[in-house]
Amino acid sequence: MNLRRDVFQAIADPTRRAILMLVASQSMTAGAIASNFDTARPTVSKHLQILTECELLKQEQNGREIYYHLNPKKMKEIADFIEPFRKMWDDRFNKLETIMKKYKPEK
Amino acid sequence: MEQKTKINAEDGKQELVITREFDLPLELLFKAHVEPDIIEQWMSTPHSPTKVLKLESKKHGSYQFETIDAKGNKYGFNGVIHEFIPNRKITRTFEMENTPFGVQLEFYEFEKLTDDTSKLNMHVIYESVSHRDQVLKLPFAQGINMAHNRIQEIVSKLK
Repeated sequence: MNLRRDVFQAIADPTRRAILMLVASQSMTAGAIASNFDTARPTVSKHLQILTECELLKQEQNGREIYYHLNPKKMKEIADFIEPFRKMWDDRFNKLETIMKKYKPEK
Repeated sequence: MEQKTKINAEDGKQELVITREFDLPLELLFKAHVEPDIIEQWMSTPHSPTKVLKLESKKHGSYQFETIDAKGNKYGFNGVIHEFIPNRKITRTFEMENTPFGVQLEFYEFEKLTDDTSKLNMHVIYESVSHRDQVLKLPFAQGINMAHNRIQEIVSKLK
C-alpha cells in the first residue's frame, strides 16, 4: 500500500496525536508505544504506519528493534501552516503599534 | 523569537482567540480601532490598501471596509456593532463578502496592563468548526495546541 498520506489528515486523529506526544520525549518501539493504549496492537501499528508514511515519524533500526522517533522538520512544516494567519495579524498589530506610537493627540 | 501575537485554536471548537500585548496606553490601542483613518493605515499593506467606507462606532452601528489587491480586485468586509464600550469592549459581527466563510461574531476586549502597555483579546466565533478551519486553512492549529508543550518546544527550537 503506497498511498500518499495527507499530514493534516494524519494528525486529525486523537490517537495519532497522542502517539506523537509520546515519542516527542524519546524514541520508542512499537510495543512500548502500544502499551500506552487500550486499543489493539494492530490498530496502533496502523497508526504508526500512517504517521511514518507521512514522515511525521521516522524509523530507526537499533539491533533487532525498530525505534520510532519524531521528525521535527515535518512537525515544523505543519506548525507553519497556521503561521500565515498569525503573521497577518502580527503584521497588522505591529503596524498599529508603530502608528500609535507616533500619534499626537489633538486636544 | 518571542511571538507577540498569539493564536489559540482548540481542537474541534468553532472559535479561536487572538491575543496581543502592545507597548501602547490602553486609550491609544482603543483609538486605533475607532478612527477610520488610523484603521485604514494598519489594515493596509503596501500592495493592498484598505478603505473604511463606513464606520459607526456605537451600539447598533455598522461598518463597511474594502480592500483592493494588486490586481485591482475589490474585497468587501462588513458587519454590525452590537456593543461598544469605550476603552473596554467592542462586540461586532464580521463578514467577508462573496466568500463561503459565513458570518463570524467577534469580541474585542481591551485591557490596561500598565500606564504604557495594554492587551487586546480577540475572541472570534464561527458558524461551525469547519467554517473556522476553512478560515485558518488548517486543521492543525488545534493539533499543535493539543499536543502542546513538548512538540511546541521542539518546533520552536527550529525557528
